Amino acid sequence: MKRIALFLLPLAAFVVLAAFLLRGLWLNPREVPSPLIGKPAPVFERPKLHAPDATFASREMAGQVWIFNVWASWCTPCRQEHPLWNEVAGKKLVPIVGMNYKDQPEAAKRWLAELGDPYLVNVVDRDGRLGIDFGVYGVPETFVIDKHGVIRHKHIGPITAEALEKKILPLVRELQQKS
Amino acid sequence: MKRLAALLAIAFALGGGAALANVAVPTENDPVASKREHDLASKLRCLVCQNQSIAESNAELAQDLRRQVREQIAAGRSDAEIIDFMTSRYGDFVLYRPPFKATTALLWSGPAALLAVGLFVLVRVVRARRSPDAEAPLTPEERARAEQLLGAAAGKGAGNEQRKR
Repeated sequence: MKRIALFLLPLAAFVVLAAFLLRGLWLNPREVPSPLIGKPAPVFERPKLHAPDATFASREMAGQVWIFNVWASWCTPCRQEHPLWNEVAGKKLVPIVGMNYKDQPEAAKRWLAELGDPYLVNVVDRDGRLGIDFGVYGVPETFVIDKHGVIRHKHIGPITAEALEKKILPLVRELQQKS
Repeated sequence: MKRLAALLAIAFALGGGAALANVAVPTENDPVASKREHDLASKLRCLVCQNQSIAESNAELAQDLRRQVREQIAAGRSDAEIIDFMTSRYGDFVLYRPPFKATTALLWSGPAALLAVGLFVLVRVVRARRSPDAEAPLTPEERARAEQLLGAAAGKGAGNEQRKR
């Protein structure tokens, strides 16, 4: 009996360790869970990209489910996810507000003219302060915000068709049905 | 010679500039504030280059976060308030020394638990080696078998020795 335990214990320890390491293989250390999920999104009022003299305030989205997408013209992965946003906007599934993060407004406008503009409106965050309020540490990042202004989901990095179909859009539909 | 000196001066200026850009630049002339800034920045992880603190990193985000720290110090915020500002946005992961909570219990207690398990096993093994079990008297059958083996070995041993001589 004791002998069996002597053989089984190291084996059990190995299996536990291997299970943790195996799980680790599929974790992305770049994806830091945001403490903002389930909390009210930071309230902001920022100049619009296409009308710098006017501002857009987050409270204008109250009562609607919306997507807040952080992007920049210098960001290559943004280019990769952009067609997906164009598709979402084309189907009018959910309003998308853009945060143009640490970018040159001229370059940003050119980028949108070239690749299409899926955004309801873009706010300008030249110095990255709004980004810090949203805990942004890499571009692109995407937030799903509900009718009460609470952040329900954060996607780090470029969205994929899979993330959109399996997570983001179902969540948006669910939130849109809630009052 | 003059040329060399000029070149050296240029190299020094460039190199010095680069070296300065790599550390948290204390913009203010207040040594207390700049030390606080550096201390705080050393405790905060840069999320872009995750194994560097924002004091060491020169990523844009680290620069922006250092600016936040600097401004908040200037605004008279306490260290705890500044740390709160960071964790409310980026989570405990920005802290190199995460607080002890349910989610970090394993992280904090893991090494101590492993050490305890190791010590326990070590003590058990050492005790087992010394235990009187090992010197328990032999059963009569064991004794007979042992004698048989020892007797045979002794006989052979003697024979060998004789041959050597």
